[in-house]
This record gives sequence, C-alpha cells and structure tokens, in this order.
Amino acid sequence: MQPFFRGAWAVAARNLRVWRTMALASVLGNFGEPILYLLAMGFGLGRVVPPLDGMTYAEFIAPGLVVSTVMYTATFEMTYGSYTRMAEQGVWDAILATPVTPTELCMGELIYAGVKAGVGAVAVLLVVAAFGLVQSPLAVFVLPLGFVAGVLFASMALAVTTVSKSYEAFNYYFTLVVAPMFLFSGIFFPLEGSPRWLKLFAQVLPLTHVVQVSRACLRGTFDGTAAVHVAVVLAMTCGGVALAAAGARRRLNH
Amino acid sequence: MNDPNMNDPNVVIAAESLGKSYGALTAVAGINFRIHRGECFGFLGPNGAGKTSTMRMMQAVMAPTSGTLRVLGLDVAREGKAVRQRIGVCPQTDNLDVDLRVRENLLVYASYYGLSRSERERRADELLVFADLEAKANARVPELSGGMKRRLTIARALVNRPEVLLLDEPTTGLDPQARQQLWQKLRELKESGVTMVLSTHYMEEAERLCDRLVIMDHGKILTEGTPRALVESHVGREVATPSQVRPAGLEDVFLHLTGRGLDA
Repeated sequence: MQPFFRGAWAVAARNLRVWRTMALASVLGNFGEPILYLLAMGFGLGRVVPPLDGMTYAEFIAPGLVVSTVMYTATFEMTYGSYTRMAEQGVWDAILATPVTPTELCMGELIYAGVKAGVGAVAVLLVVAAFGLVQSPLAVFVLPLGFVAGVLFASMALAVTTVSKSYEAFNYYFTLVVAPMFLFSGIFFPLEGSPRWLKLFAQVLPLTHVVQVSRACLRGTFDGTAAVHVAVVLAMTCGGVALAAAGARRRLNH
Repeated sequence: MNDPNMNDPNVVIAAESLGKSYGALTAVAGINFRIHRGECFGFLGPNGAGKTSTMRMMQAVMAPTSGTLRVLGLDVAREGKAVRQRIGVCPQTDNLDVDLRVRENLLVYASYYGLSRSERERRADELLVFADLEAKANARVPELSGGMKRRLTIARALVNRPEVLLLDEPTTGLDPQARQQLWQKLRELKESGVTMVLSTHYMEEAERLCDRLVIMDHGKILTEGTPRALVESHVGREVATPSQVRPAGLEDVFLHLTGRGLDA
C-alpha cells in the first residue's frame, strides 16, 4: 500500500476496532429511528395518503429512510465523535505525533464514517426488505451508495468540526442543515409538484440526490436521470472531501 | 548550512537561532543548542520558560517561526513526516487511547508507523514487559494508576524503535515512588543507547538523568553544561542557608541566574 493510504487506513482501522467492540448497540441505534418513522409515517400516516407514482406511501418513503440513516450515522460520527477524539480524548494529538499527517487523519476518519454509514444503510435495508418494501435486486447498490454518501455527509460534518470550538456548534449544524435536509430532500413527499422555491432549495441539498438514487435502486428504475444524480453525489463528495481536508490542515497544522 | 557541525553524524538535533512566537507573544527567543547521539539532554526551567514550545518543534508537530531546527539531519519544517517516523514522543499530558485496552494501545500506535502485523505483535509484547504491564495487557486505560499510564505512554513512544526519545515533563504529577520507578526505566533506556531529550522543572530529575542540560527562562537559554559543572561554576559546591550548610544543586544555579526559585 502507498504510504498515504497506509496512514489513512491505520486511522480508519483504529476507529473500526473501537466500533467493533460496541457494534451491536450501535447497529441497533441505526435500526431504531428509521424503523419508527417507517411504522408511524409509512403504515400510520400512509393509510390516509393515496398511492404516489404507483407506490404505497410506505414504499415511497422506505428508500429515503435507508439513506437518512447514512446521513445521521456519518454526521453524528464526524461531529460529536470526531470532536471528542480531537478535543477531549487527545486521540488526534497522539496520532499527529506519528508520521500520520492531518490530511491522512482526515481521510481515515472519512473512510471509517463511510464504512459505518454503509453498514447502517444495509441494516435498515434488511428491515425494509422484511416489510416487503424492496422491489428490485438493484437494492444491493445501497451498500456502495451508503459508503459514498456516508463519506459525503461525513466530510460536511468534519468540515464543521474543524472550525468548532465546542460541542455547541453542532446544535446549529443539526438544526440548520441536517434537519432541513431530512425534511426537504424528497423522502416524505415527491418534489415534483412542489412549489418552485422548494424544488430549487431541494436541488442544493446533497441528500436529495442520494434519495433519488436510492429510490431508483430499490424500485429497479435506474435510468439516465438517476445516473445524473449519481454524478451529482460523486461531485459533491469530492468537494466535501477537499473542504474537510482543508479544514483539518488549517486546524491541525500548528 | 555553512556550519560544518551541521553535518556531524554525532549531532542528532541542532538548533540555530530557533524562535517561536504566537502573535505578539515570544515563547522561544532565538536559541542555539546541539544534542549528541546517545546522550540525555535536558531542558530545565519554570513553567512558561519555552520548554514545551521547544519540545513541540523538535517533535515536528509545530513549525519554528524563525531560525532552523534539524532533527537527525532533517529540517523539521519541511520534512516533518520523515522526522516523526524516526523519533518517539512522550507528551506532557497523557493522551493514551481510552477507547482501547492497554495492549491495543501499543498495537494500534504501531500501525500509525506502518509496522507489519507480526512486528506490531512482537513490539507490543516486548514493550509490555519493558513497562511491567504484562498483567495489565487487557486492562482499560482508566483502570491504570498514574505511574502505569506514564510507563505505557513511554512504551508507546518506543514502538517504532526511535533513534531519539523526546520526553516532555515525564514525571510531572506522579507521586515520589512512581517517579523513582520511572527514573529507573529511563536509566535503562539510556543504557540501551537511545538518545533522550527531556524537559523538566524538577532539579532532581535533571541532576539524576541528564548528561548535559540547558537552563531556560523567558524563552532564552541562560546557561549550558553538565549538572555538576553548572553547579560548580555558578554557585560552588555548597550552599549556606540560615540553618545549615548543604550540597549545592541546580535549583541554586537557577536562583543565582534569575534571582528567583524554579517554582516561582
């Protein structure tokens, strides 16, 4: 392995090792919320919602819930988790005394978050499938999608962490960025037919594009439009990673 | 480098007019020193003297703002990664990985240096023996005493078989017994030929461990020499106090040079 990836991988492996010791509790945490939404909204609210695009309401929201897990897992991990390693535990200080550079450290954190988010997405996918809400074998692509989208949301969160002076900042990030993304990314209602401002707003939210790809995978309707969404997700991921790495270098090079 | 000594293979660390300032605050004010292979070199001074800033520059985690600093012939500002690959660092405050168990701390730290899996396992076992922590291999870090944590931190600093070991106030905060134990470990290391650099504000520590040392205050080096020579040249062999005559120590040197005690 090239030295660069060696350093990044060592950091990712350290975090995965810690995660492994509490993986069960953490995967249950991943299951929890999306399943509650599925039950309450999908099967509760869904009874009074007419079919959308030939889908029951539960079928409509299931793909979005699978990737909302990705967003929440990666974001929690790279805000509260990373900040703790950086500012509270001194884990990053110890790592930076070794040949590992700030950029490598950042990449290692992002790889770890991507893996954890991908595993979380698969866990929710299995539950959703058990409810009969998956129509296509293309759903297996949720794993790579979960990894890439996990890195995307992780990079946004890590960029915020590198400019944070305390845990307080994360309240703003969750309220002003994460919650609107959860609500306005087309998980719970179709963006077609929404007011123009909302449609435009949704286009700048990374989760919107991830939801569209996830829906195309679970329904087996992967077409040119879905491919464009994949391209947008990949481009946003590259941008996010560059931003997080720049933040890490600025914060950690003394 | 015009200075021929810069290429002397026996000079492990060389600072020329080394300075570090944080905005208007000058922490290190243009100091010069040379540390030779195999010696234990000390930085003695009160808190705020510039010891830790100097240590962090030698660790290649903080760039100098003026002058040059070469560690193992490498420029710390431009070749920091290569420097860090070949040194070991025991920081002032414990930053052991509390999410990992004792042996895992060594295994995981070794992975940051790119050691192979078998080498990681071998080093972890060797260093558990060195640190007298075999019985604690699977303990969680918070279960360790202060002395055990320090020994584990020093063991961790040795995973990559460093050519230079940098110890920033290694015994601060330890009780006298744990301090004695740690000094024993450090003497063992010195005998094995590792070059050691340590900062301390304990005179006794500097006297017992250091072959040569500098005394720092306000970012400057006040004097340099062997502990004995410093005492003899600045204060003589004995010091008369109102109640007794006792052997002179480095504290008296510091007092003589600055007019105040080290803990002031």
